[in-house]
Amino acid sequence: MAKVLMKGNEAIAEAAIRSGCLNYFAYPITPQSEVAEYLVRRMPEVGGVFLQGESEVAVSYMIFGASAAGARVFTTSSSPGISLMSEGISYMAGAQCPAVIVNIMRGGPGLGGILPSQADYFQATKSMGHGDFRLLVLAPASVQEAVEMMMDAFPLAEKYRNPVMILGDGLIGQMMEPVEFPEGLKKEPLNNDAWATSGMDTRKSNQRNLVKSLFLDPEALNNNNLTLKAKYDKMKQEEVRFEDYNTDAPYKVLIVSYGTMSRVCRTAIDTMKSQGVEVGMVRPQSLFPFPEDRVREAADVPHCSVVASIEMSMGQMVEDIERSVQGKKPVKWFGKCGGDVPTPEEVVDFVHTLL
Amino acid sequence: MQNEVQFAGFGGQGIMLIGKILAHAAMEEGYEVSWVPSYGPEMRGGTAYCTVVISDQPIGSPVIKNPRHLVAMNRPSLEKFSPAVQAGGTLFINGSLIPVGSGRDDVDELNVPVVEIAKELGNVKTANIIALAAFVARSGIVSMDALKASVKEEFSQKPKLIPLNMKAIEAGIEAAKKR
Amino acid sequence: MGKTFARPEAMSQQVTHYCPGCTHGVIHRLVAEVIDELGIRGRTVGIAPVGCAVLAYNYFTFDFQEAAHGRAPAMATGIKRVRPDLMVFTYQGDGDLASIGMGEIIHAANRGEKFTTIFVNNAVYGMTGGQMAPTTMPGQRTTTSPFGRNTDDVGMPIKVAELLAALQTPGYIVRQAVLKPKHIVKAKKAIKQAFQYQLEGKCYSLVEIVSTCPTNWGLTPVEAIKWAEQNMLPYYKLGEYKTPEDE
Repeated sequence: MAKVLMKGNEAIAEAAIRSGCLNYFAYPITPQSEVAEYLVRRMPEVGGVFLQGESEVAVSYMIFGASAAGARVFTTSSSPGISLMSEGISYMAGAQCPAVIVNIMRGGPGLGGILPSQADYFQATKSMGHGDFRLLVLAPASVQEAVEMMMDAFPLAEKYRNPVMILGDGLIGQMMEPVEFPEGLKKEPLNNDAWATSGMDTRKSNQRNLVKSLFLDPEALNNNNLTLKAKYDKMKQEEVRFEDYNTDAPYKVLIVSYGTMSRVCRTAIDTMKSQGVEVGMVRPQSLFPFPEDRVREAADVPHCSVVASIEMSMGQMVEDIERSVQGKKPVKWFGKCGGDVPTPEEVVDFVHTLL
Repeated sequence: MQNEVQFAGFGGQGIMLIGKILAHAAMEEGYEVSWVPSYGPEMRGGTAYCTVVISDQPIGSPVIKNPRHLVAMNRPSLEKFSPAVQAGGTLFINGSLIPVGSGRDDVDELNVPVVEIAKELGNVKTANIIALAAFVARSGIVSMDALKASVKEEFSQKPKLIPLNMKAIEAGIEAAKKR
Repeated sequence: MGKTFARPEAMSQQVTHYCPGCTHGVIHRLVAEVIDELGIRGRTVGIAPVGCAVLAYNYFTFDFQEAAHGRAPAMATGIKRVRPDLMVFTYQGDGDLASIGMGEIIHAANRGEKFTTIFVNNAVYGMTGGQMAPTTMPGQRTTTSPFGRNTDDVGMPIKVAELLAALQTPGYIVRQAVLKPKHIVKAKKAIKQAFQYQLEGKCYSLVEIVSTCPTNWGLTPVEAIKWAEQNMLPYYKLGEYKTPEDE
């Protein structure tokens, strides 16, 4: 299929449809409202479901209900809205319901601002809500990658029966870039399998299905948490994604950066290379699971003297990098999270302070 | 080779649209492109700007501190953004609304009274297309054929407007020559 | 001669956890009977609330989901939108529906979602141990209104049926009780009518049921019924508040 020029938010919406997700519930919030504005027209064309809920809290349960009934479903929001959804996301994780949740991050805390940010790193990777659970978190760095990650997200959510989050910053949603979609529309049948509450008539056995996160018996609750933990361990084994940049060069500084920020770093690395300064980068594409092994390997080479976390947040990724590097190299931080994306020039200046 | 163009003006001047048309034209010519908007409250009547990055390589930073070119559609935009333009770039000035120049002698400055020209064409709304055409004609950033195809594509849902916009493109090309 | 009184197929064998004299069991049975009579067990999904009925799914024999406090109408919306052929009902108490879930219930009703709500009003939070609810009567003592509900401080009890009936979207909104046999007959009729409207894809339906909580009211079951008749029925008047045939 030919390339089309599309805004990230609209491309994300179309990618969901192309991957057979025809059910969308959401509540408006800048900078991702274009997803809803696109889908309100597009869903009827493909016989899908579009509903604007009364709040993000309600939306999180609309997708929970739809998922529990066996449908492929997704929602999109931005930081303050994701906080409100965290309640339902916890219930979904506890009840093992798949769904895709897109967070086009803006600055915080509180109402913060509406400009690009990566301030929800901790929330997405460690603390999406109450209880012991994790999301599989993918972080695109371009509109095309957002499309590809969306298309992967649904099968991954179903593989693990767990919510998957696409974590993009405001620029990923607002930017227009050329994208290519796979041909045609994939129809995903409703899930009538062993666990969904699809109505007893949809299955052969006379078994009724129950979707719940309540386990009053301590042993049963512990077992449920062990089941969840086994899934997260499996994610760590099977779903780590990352990309290297300029790591065949004898870099002195290793940058770890993701999303739009990593592209700014790429330009900075090119600039420094032309000035005779070699800098390498590992770009995590999955934030949970974090590419610990790769970051450790890349830091643990003789020519690398320091690792830099460059992010549009106040050092939230530093902890994961330090955990990966295991004290073998110092980890420094540079970032901004007021909405001004740091420029390549600022990254270059920062890297020079490390040399 | 990478080129960046910043388009800036008041909200409602069609700034975002001409950026998109240029990005689309460059994409059709086989370039990598990124269209990066300013968004939010400042779009509602205030200053609106977007940056179009065009490259023959995958685009790194979509955030550009010093764009190669600037299309300034109002005076605050010229004053705010013209100092950042790279030496040797093209600096387009909407002469209808901006009575001054950039004061720079290291850029190719092009001043076109697009509002007056648009009025002559019979529709003031074509001022942004005239500006875009004049800028493209002067900078040569994409071919005129690609630009025309992109404008036709943009107005494909309103085909009645296509002949008018083709005239606007011709007027822009003509205006770029005059200086 | 066949049995004249048997356990509905839609109801499980399990003994309920409800307190002696609690009316949830009666209401569960009415729902189960209606589901049997309409022959819809295989295409029904119930949604349990948070509150005393949090374990309601143990007492029915069809598909069930369990919601967070107050969110059952949003879950029902999700199910019904992606599978309109399913028969979906939420079973909610007064803390769940009229307090924390007020936003969800009003908007689901106002959108005219084609599911049914069974709303059990016993004027108190049951499961958490007898705290004041939005439906607690003026002067009624609870653990968080130990001197009696002070309406100057916390306002008057919310009349949910009247509130929802005021919405302009068509719906079936009715209040019945389960205090006396004649109430129970009418309550069942209302529940059946509500499900019938859903079967026809006609409208949102809510059956509020005035109920008792002997344990948290500190009364015997018989005293509790009398208290509800004397105090609740004059305020929570029974009857149909809205039908889809209304103008």
